[in-house]
Amino acid sequence: MTPLAGYLLVAALVFAVGLAGALTRRNAILVLIGIELMLNAANLNLIAFWRYGPHPELLTGVMFAVFSIAVAAAEAAVGLGLVISIYRHAHTTDLDEMNRMKG
Amino acid sequence: MSPTFWILSALTVFGAVAAVTLKNTVHCALAVTIAFAGLALLYLQLDAQFAGFAQILIYIGAVAILVVFAILLTRGSETPKEGIFSPSWFIGMTIAAGVFAMLGWAVIQSVHVLPHQAASPNPTVNDIGNALMGRYVLPLEIVALLLTAALVGAVIVAMHEKGESK
Amino acid sequence: MVSTLDQIFVLLKHWIVAHMPAALQSVVGVLLSVVCIIAVFPALFAISVLLERKGLGRMQNRLGPNRVGPFGILQPVADGIKSLTKEDIVPVGADRVVHFLAPVSMVAVVFMGYAVLPMGRNMTLVHMDAALLFYFAMGASTELSVFMAGWSSRNKYSLLGAMRAVAQMISYEVPLLLSSVGVVMATGSLSLDKIVEVQNQYSFGLPHWFIFTPWGLASFVLFAIAATAETNRSPFDLPEGESELVAGYFTEYSGFKFAEFFLAEYVGMLSVSGLGATLFLGGWSAPFSFLQFIPSWIWFFSKVMLSICVLIWLRGTLPRLRQDQLMNFAWKFVIPFTLLNLVDVAVWRFMGEGWARWIVCSAIVVIAYVVMVRAGMRRKNIAPRTYRYAE
Repeated sequence: MTPLAGYLLVAALVFAVGLAGALTRRNAILVLIGIELMLNAANLNLIAFWRYGPHPELLTGVMFAVFSIAVAAAEAAVGLGLVISIYRHAHTTDLDEMNRMKG
Repeated sequence: MSPTFWILSALTVFGAVAAVTLKNTVHCALAVTIAFAGLALLYLQLDAQFAGFAQILIYIGAVAILVVFAILLTRGSETPKEGIFSPSWFIGMTIAAGVFAMLGWAVIQSVHVLPHQAASPNPTVNDIGNALMGRYVLPLEIVALLLTAALVGAVIVAMHEKGESK
Repeated sequence: MVSTLDQIFVLLKHWIVAHMPAALQSVVGVLLSVVCIIAVFPALFAISVLLERKGLGRMQNRLGPNRVGPFGILQPVADGIKSLTKEDIVPVGADRVVHFLAPVSMVAVVFMGYAVLPMGRNMTLVHMDAALLFYFAMGASTELSVFMAGWSSRNKYSLLGAMRAVAQMISYEVPLLLSSVGVVMATGSLSLDKIVEVQNQYSFGLPHWFIFTPWGLASFVLFAIAATAETNRSPFDLPEGESELVAGYFTEYSGFKFAEFFLAEYVGMLSVSGLGATLFLGGWSAPFSFLQFIPSWIWFFSKVMLSICVLIWLRGTLPRLRQDQLMNFAWKFVIPFTLLNLVDVAVWRFMGEGWARWIVCSAIVVIAYVVMVRAGMRRKNIAPRTYRYAE
């Protein structure tokens, strides 16, 4: 097995675990954690491809990963802000109880 | 494949699995920190020093803290009576397993076309700075705008509404 | 002779390493440096605790510890033995694993920061290109340990202390980073070795330290404020305000684990003082060109100890802030000022040599300060507190 394949498999596994978390947990915050894990798995892919790809001197993969980290931070802040705002409204973070469009 | 790689991947996957299966929400947040740290070390292993340190600074220093704050502000650390998984957990697990099977199959199928060994690129911070100010200056500006918008948006969303006093 | 004394630790290390078998040489080299860091800074920790207790005592018109040894100088030893032999109590409701991991991870992360600090000429453990980023990444990781300590104790004082501490550390990490970015802009490097090198030049016998530039002075003051808050020192010691929260996030810790938090606090203080000295006070370089014969490591450690003395002096002088004052001060004064200061650095960088940039940059700093203080006074948020007594 080549090193790149190893990194890709780890990334795939982390992505699948994150997806499982996002699809199965009740708590909205843990769904966000699952999404963060998926984003991180994608970053690992980007950096692994950059490292073993044909043009590492262009830094494309690292740049994508750095931008993705910045966007993920913004996403976490807004997502958790929404969770807190919903909690204030509905007094729960359980996603299965938040199934009404009406406040 | 070096033993370092195996140890770090085991750490990362362990953290990730613990984060989505543990009962206590705060434990989940701490476990996901382990996964973030493992990923940062994997980046360092891949010679991406800058991305690795940025990962530690942003994910462990900011995102993990935000998550625990949100948990404590929403009483999320109390385990719900109905259990921690949603009723449709089986469908979710099936989808996740299917996605993993597909990705894994794709990687295994393409092993022979993947490059074996590459020279270490070893980029300096200077290179990254030049790339950010040259080739990637437009994305940089867009990210700056996005972060400002997210900052303002998050504050407005989480702020107490006027009149709705507790 | 002079250069031998300057490089004595480096030469000693090379001499020991040369006597090792070839396969072990790199490992032994790293281990030696790590052991030195782990030995020297706890020793400095003991000295600064003694200094603090004696100095604070004098400032408060009392004697301070004076029973153990001559003038009480063995007090740190007695304290150490006491905390090592005390019973380690874990509260019944506590989360045992997290309760144990919090002090351990805190100490580990705090010591990591020293890996990149240049403590003398050629005395950096790891020569890293992104050293400053590494330092801040490690500094940011301590917040999680603080939270773990407070949450796992299952005690309302611990939890409140931890929440205060984390909120404060996040708020003041922004100005800490932004005030250091000025130095990075001026030197064009994140490497601390390079930053010291740039400052280690002299004109008319005076050094090119960044504190001697208009933007550098402002950055240094802001850095000092942010660093004081980041290490939870007085006047920003709300997280462990003993009159309100017993001892903050480590209320439920005893024995060796308490000692670990205490150690981490002081070692963190020493480390952030070292970073401040490296960024603004020229690291290991001498303050005058004719004093260069004194070994570089002596300069570094005297600058660190001087900062510690200033921190002790501040603790003895200033009253504690209130929580809303603390937050308003960070977000409405310190952070905007650091951002304006970055503009100042850019102006300094692109105006070229000459006296004109001194005038322009000083004017920017002074005007920014005056305008922001005025604005703050008008909002009454960072104004001196006025009291209204109940009739």
